[in-house]
Amino acid sequence: MPSSTPPASPAENGTPSSSLPDAPAAHEFGFETRMLHAGHVPDEETGSRAVPIHQTTSYVFDDTNYAAQLFELKEYGNIYTRLNNPTTAVFEERVASLANAVGAVATASGMSAELVALMTLLEPGDEIVASSHLYGGTRTLFTSTFQKLSVEASFVAPNDLDAWDAAITDDTKVLYGETIGNPQGSVLDLEPLAELADAHGLPLMVDNTFATPYLCRPLDWGVSLVVHSATKFIGGHGTSIGGAILDGGSFDFSTIDTVAAPSDSYHGLKFPDTFGHQGYLMKTRAETLRDTGASMSPFNAFQLIQGLETLSVRMERHVDNAQAVAEHLDEHPMVSRVAYPGLPGNPYHDLAQKYLPTGPGAIFTFELDPDGMDPRAAGETFIEELQLFSHLANVGDARSLVLHPASTTHQQLSEDEMRSSGLSPGMVRLSIGLEDTDDLLWDLNRALHAISQ
Amino acid sequence: MNSSLSAEEQERYQHPDTIRRVLRTADTIAMVGLSSSPQKASQFVATYLQSKDYRIIPVHPKADSILGETAYPDLESVPDSVDVVDVFRPPRECPTYAEQAAAIGADALWLQLGIVSPEAATIAEENGLDVIMDRCMKMEHGRFRGGMHWMGMNTGVITAKRGRRQV
Repeated sequence: MPSSTPPASPAENGTPSSSLPDAPAAHEFGFETRMLHAGHVPDEETGSRAVPIHQTTSYVFDDTNYAAQLFELKEYGNIYTRLNNPTTAVFEERVASLANAVGAVATASGMSAELVALMTLLEPGDEIVASSHLYGGTRTLFTSTFQKLSVEASFVAPNDLDAWDAAITDDTKVLYGETIGNPQGSVLDLEPLAELADAHGLPLMVDNTFATPYLCRPLDWGVSLVVHSATKFIGGHGTSIGGAILDGGSFDFSTIDTVAAPSDSYHGLKFPDTFGHQGYLMKTRAETLRDTGASMSPFNAFQLIQGLETLSVRMERHVDNAQAVAEHLDEHPMVSRVAYPGLPGNPYHDLAQKYLPTGPGAIFTFELDPDGMDPRAAGETFIEELQLFSHLANVGDARSLVLHPASTTHQQLSEDEMRSSGLSPGMVRLSIGLEDTDDLLWDLNRALHAISQ
Repeated sequence: MNSSLSAEEQERYQHPDTIRRVLRTADTIAMVGLSSSPQKASQFVATYLQSKDYRIIPVHPKADSILGETAYPDLESVPDSVDVVDVFRPPRECPTYAEQAAAIGADALWLQLGIVSPEAATIAEENGLDVIMDRCMKMEHGRFRGGMHWMGMNTGVITAKRGRRQV
């Protein structure tokens, strides 16, 4: 095993495979080599070392026969950028390689990754059983937009296996969770949940946005499908929106009627029969991406590739800074609770050690506890006084970010309503960036001090 | 990844060097179990390989011709020299095809994705044939030539050499 691969896989053993005398063992490249090289071979014509941006809508066919074969999916190739694109293909193969996936389908955003991945599986009458610790946008997708399509979702505590088991019905088509729940910072216990999904013959889909493929690779723990917002740490620069759908290839989609049924638009083609472990992704691209048009732009793919090339280096620094900030806040008298699984007292600390041994990401919440003061007002003061943290609604940027839900995204809610959503008036969410640790602590200290003035 | 074979068996029957050598040196591929139905996996493999200038010889108990090529009821009836015997039939039938592949002087026995027969492999190896198991000939060609990459698949190809997407 390459030494640069973080030890986050269950099945890795150190035994080199036996090599035959006339055939040296196939070399396995490490994570960081693949960050830089996977998916891109310098092209024959130009030799361009950087990945070129193929800013084109469409592609000239070799001849009529080739075109016909392409449209029948009997030939691999480019047709139209809504379906695939040479720059986007580099992003797709690279992120698939890093996640130990069979392949990937890139999408316009993280939300569209969820929509496209789930639309491939679901039909009216189906149900999703999901962790209750989800990004608010995902919850709304499940409870509002999917409900219009007669798909129901039920929500269970992320690590209550009995609750997951009890919520599964004959109509359940997929289980859904987040590796690190947003914003609670809970760590999903992937291995037993994947076993439960397997026992029910259901795919388990996990949003791995907060962890990135560097900190955790859910497919290695038996998860069937992974979705990402690539907008966050994968890009890192905060310039480009994008998403990705990944299939580990272990789930047999020939058992899921929506994926396995003969396709009307491809002359009765059965995707899992014809494409084997690539069947789900082929169907997702050739049907759901085709019909939704939720494809990634080639320019964004280029930008997100630049992010992937430095992913490990950035994530090491993100988690180091996050750990330092969390420890500092945990000791601060104005703070009552820091929800970071890197802290020993955190209820998810053991799970973080198992699934995220390099560090449990860099996004977490804490609770302001100003003695005798209204916590909502304290939160507003705290935000106003910060100089270095950017006040905005994003996470996973190279710069440190802050959000006070009570005065922004959830300002219309009463205190009781907030608490029922798992939020509180004094709760602040941080996304820790790559700045000097001392400067981040300086800024937080100043703003905390200002509350008491 | 995506094989029921052990790591040791994968090293032996799915080694990239062997796969590339077989794809590079083969001209004529006899396909045992090539379907006459256009939407079956075997037809996807056959039409793809034809477009890459391989000659496909269908081996089919009933059909007269498939994809423009004369079909033969068994391997031993094929009049031309065969480089690869590519099998789309259940594992229990594979030892027979291994024996026939050796008898007609093929260089390689290829068992398609999901087909595993250690017995067939042993027979073919003892007769000096290269053996590939539980792999798709179209996917493997597409992996090294780059077509599979266009569909966002993980080919595992890592190289800084210019234009080296070839089998």
